[in-house]
Amino acid sequence: MTLAKRIIPCLDIKDGKTVKGVQFEGLRDMGDPVALAAYYAEQGADELVLLDITATHEKRKTLASLVARVALAIDIPFTVGGGISSPDDVRRLLEAGADKISLNSAALRDPDLVGAAALAFGSQCVVLAVDTKMEAGDWYVYSNGGREATGRLTRDWVREAVARGAGEILLTAINRDGTRSGFALDHTRHIAEAVTVPVIASGGAGNKEHFLEVFTEGAADAALAAGIFHEKILALPELKQYLKTSGIAVRT
Amino acid sequence: MDTVIIQYNAGNTRSVYNALQRLGVEARISSDEADIRAAGRVIFPGVGAAGPAMAFLRAAGLDKLLPSLEQPVLGICLGMQLMCRYSEEGDTNCLGIFDQDVLHFGTGAKVPHTGWNTLQHLSSPLFKGVDENSYVYYVHSYYVPQGKTTTASTDYMLPYSAALQKDNFYALQFHPEKSGPAGARILQNFMSL
Repeated sequence: MTLAKRIIPCLDIKDGKTVKGVQFEGLRDMGDPVALAAYYAEQGADELVLLDITATHEKRKTLASLVARVALAIDIPFTVGGGISSPDDVRRLLEAGADKISLNSAALRDPDLVGAAALAFGSQCVVLAVDTKMEAGDWYVYSNGGREATGRLTRDWVREAVARGAGEILLTAINRDGTRSGFALDHTRHIAEAVTVPVIASGGAGNKEHFLEVFTEGAADAALAAGIFHEKILALPELKQYLKTSGIAVRT
Repeated sequence: MDTVIIQYNAGNTRSVYNALQRLGVEARISSDEADIRAAGRVIFPGVGAAGPAMAFLRAAGLDKLLPSLEQPVLGICLGMQLMCRYSEEGDTNCLGIFDQDVLHFGTGAKVPHTGWNTLQHLSSPLFKGVDENSYVYYVHSYYVPQGKTTTASTDYMLPYSAALQKDNFYALQFHPEKSGPAGARILQNFMSL
């Protein structure tokens, strides 16, 4: 079995532009998500996630046209998330060319949304994004960009969402996010072993060894990172070569 | 002689259209019988469930048209499965172009089979210039076992058909439109048949 472990750069989008310190020479407009997506695809990214962090619903309406331009530019799958709250939102983004959409806070408010999206479009395009935080020895779900505690155990919510039709889990350990201190390995393994769908680990990538750990000790199917790629701390070809040499199946 | 991408209720027509655009091919998207019959090449994409897709094809009369086509036809993912005889998905009778049944992966590994996996035993003009063990992108829960018409295999729990060919009918279980340079080459090869 040679199913490859996937490396997934994440692009944060605000008002149609990428945010976070993107540092690439040779990109004419580093704030242009289309150019950045094409760059990562060409560098060997296995998938991309576009996360819209635009604050207002009004400004978010431009997202579908951005998704359409990304879909034309790249030849790898990509997921779009951020503020998706209805089956209509899902339909609009899939029709624009997204391969998958991710649901987060809206699914917590209305768990039926997971099932409705899976029924209408198939589980394969429904990613449940979960912001998870360690508190008093266990991991709990947070909503609204990690700001609000829900009091729900992460493993319970993930199991429920998979039963409702989520086809993949994007698990972000929010107390690791941005720390570059490594992924939450035990938690990732616990969740990956609790469900029958792929789990994408997110939060904490700081070096290539962290990716190796999350694929071995963490049992993740894929790993997502943003800053480490944007700031050119780690290049995708170097990371993949390292993983391959370390015995991990990756697409090179 | 233009290329028509068949529009139906389970199509990822936009992704295939975009991939052809990147190759410089201006395809048309249509579900019109005369349009499809007159096309130089036909692409039959698919994402979704077999039962509703076959019901749509029957209602549109495409279930009779597709097996009668004589130009190169390329089925992708669900499109390939619908070109087989029968699918366990929804206990569905399909088009019967390939004398094969479509089975569920069952348990034993994560399903759907999602992500990049490798191609082996390549034997079709579609794979000209594509290396053995090239990675391509898969998303599927049902598979076609290996058989006489198999022209490439992939291993997930067991070796199964990554590609089929019979006469002018070609089919791929993976998504060439999402498979990076290897996928682009395969689509280019189809356009050169």
